[in-house]
Amino acid sequence: MKVQVTDLDGKTHEIECKDGWTLMECIRDAGLPIKAECGGACACATCHVYVDEDWLDATGERSEEEEDMIDLALEVADNSRLSCQIEMSEALDGLKVTLARDAVL
Amino acid sequence: MSTHETDVVIVGAGPVGLFAVFELGLLGLKTHLVDILDRPGGQCAELYPEKPIYDIPGIPICTGQELTDRLMEQIKPFDPVFHLQEMAEKLEKLPDERWRLTTDQGVVIDARVVVIAAGGGSFVPKKPHLDGLETYEDTSVFYAVRKIDAFRGKRVVIAGGGDSALDWALNLQPVAERVTLVHHRDGFRAAPASVQRMRQLVDAGEMDFKIAQLAGLEGADGKLQSVKTKSKEEGEGAVPADALLPFFGLTMKLGPIAEFGLNFEENLIPVDTEKFETSTPSIFAIGDINIYPGKLKLILSGFHEGALMAQAAFAYCRPGERLRFQYTTSSSELQKKLGVR
Repeated sequence: MKVQVTDLDGKTHEIECKDGWTLMECIRDAGLPIKAECGGACACATCHVYVDEDWLDATGERSEEEEDMIDLALEVADNSRLSCQIEMSEALDGLKVTLARDAVL
Repeated sequence: MSTHETDVVIVGAGPVGLFAVFELGLLGLKTHLVDILDRPGGQCAELYPEKPIYDIPGIPICTGQELTDRLMEQIKPFDPVFHLQEMAEKLEKLPDERWRLTTDQGVVIDARVVVIAAGGGSFVPKKPHLDGLETYEDTSVFYAVRKIDAFRGKRVVIAGGGDSALDWALNLQPVAERVTLVHHRDGFRAAPASVQRMRQLVDAGEMDFKIAQLAGLEGADGKLQSVKTKSKEEGEGAVPADALLPFFGLTMKLGPIAEFGLNFEENLIPVDTEKFETSTPSIFAIGDINIYPGKLKLILSGFHEGALMAQAAFAYCRPGERLRFQYTTSSSELQKKLGVR
């Protein structure tokens, strides 16, 4: 399955994702810059992405833990997610996300 | 300003720095540790205090805080000296081959050996992306409160929804002219009791709470006049302010160790795999900060690296002395050092 990831320069990268991996792991594995400082434990907010509006239903709701952790993110929007909390599956083939500044800088 | 003398100074008091104290201590070497956080444990204390770790040999499950507590207990016999909430800022070579490490608080530590166990770097405050932010830092924008009195009579904007934001909103409210809490949602990760107290003050008209995000700063010459905000419901707004305190947690930055004259490869320090020594003799690097062929960023790798580093550190600290390899189970000498015999 593939995901389109737009970087801070507005350039879109198509990355290959593995079923059962988190989106953060796939982005990192593809070599794109993502800090993900806690390594995927929902313990920081440095894997912050914006989910394309068309994919909000498919990616589901933030958990309470994620909601709390997003308090530490900058420039939060309704479509803000922590990419370590999105688990990849066939239903998300074609997903489009944009990296947030605080996930990279 | 104070000057300390020791055998080994360790930059970073995370699990790997702490276990290095143990391995060095068994060889009779004294240690000082410097860490920017206010408590030992590094990432284990800051990011994972309540998260489970499953891959420490012999410990099927423990949290980051439990691992830190156990390491602190294990190194207690060696009486390490901690310099917490201090950043290792400068490293110089002394004429007698020792190193002089100076912290940002002016503490000086002279040691024969330096061990960099700095993980992903220093934990520093996450800064909001606002134009001109730097020009207001330390005059109108602060990431910590050193003296409450500095905010007496000021209009203070506090941003964030965690304990730091809520605690400082409550603590500054009695002295400040006005405290405005700005947070992106009407929900908080902070302790419920603090949130309840904040809401009481807001209801009583003694504090303001604005559901919005920071959008910009207005002022001149480092003097803030207002904080611009934006929200989906209310659009753009502005809060008159003399000071802004953003509390968005910490992020890791390499910091001043980049200026220590060491080789770096993409923010990591190359070392050999016999001694875990950098290309500068008597400076070692262990744990997540180092790189070598086959490196795995695991706590257990850092423990191994610390044990081998200690053997090489001994040669620098006690030149001419023979080092005998011993086991803690059977060596009376080691058991005396551990205080169990």
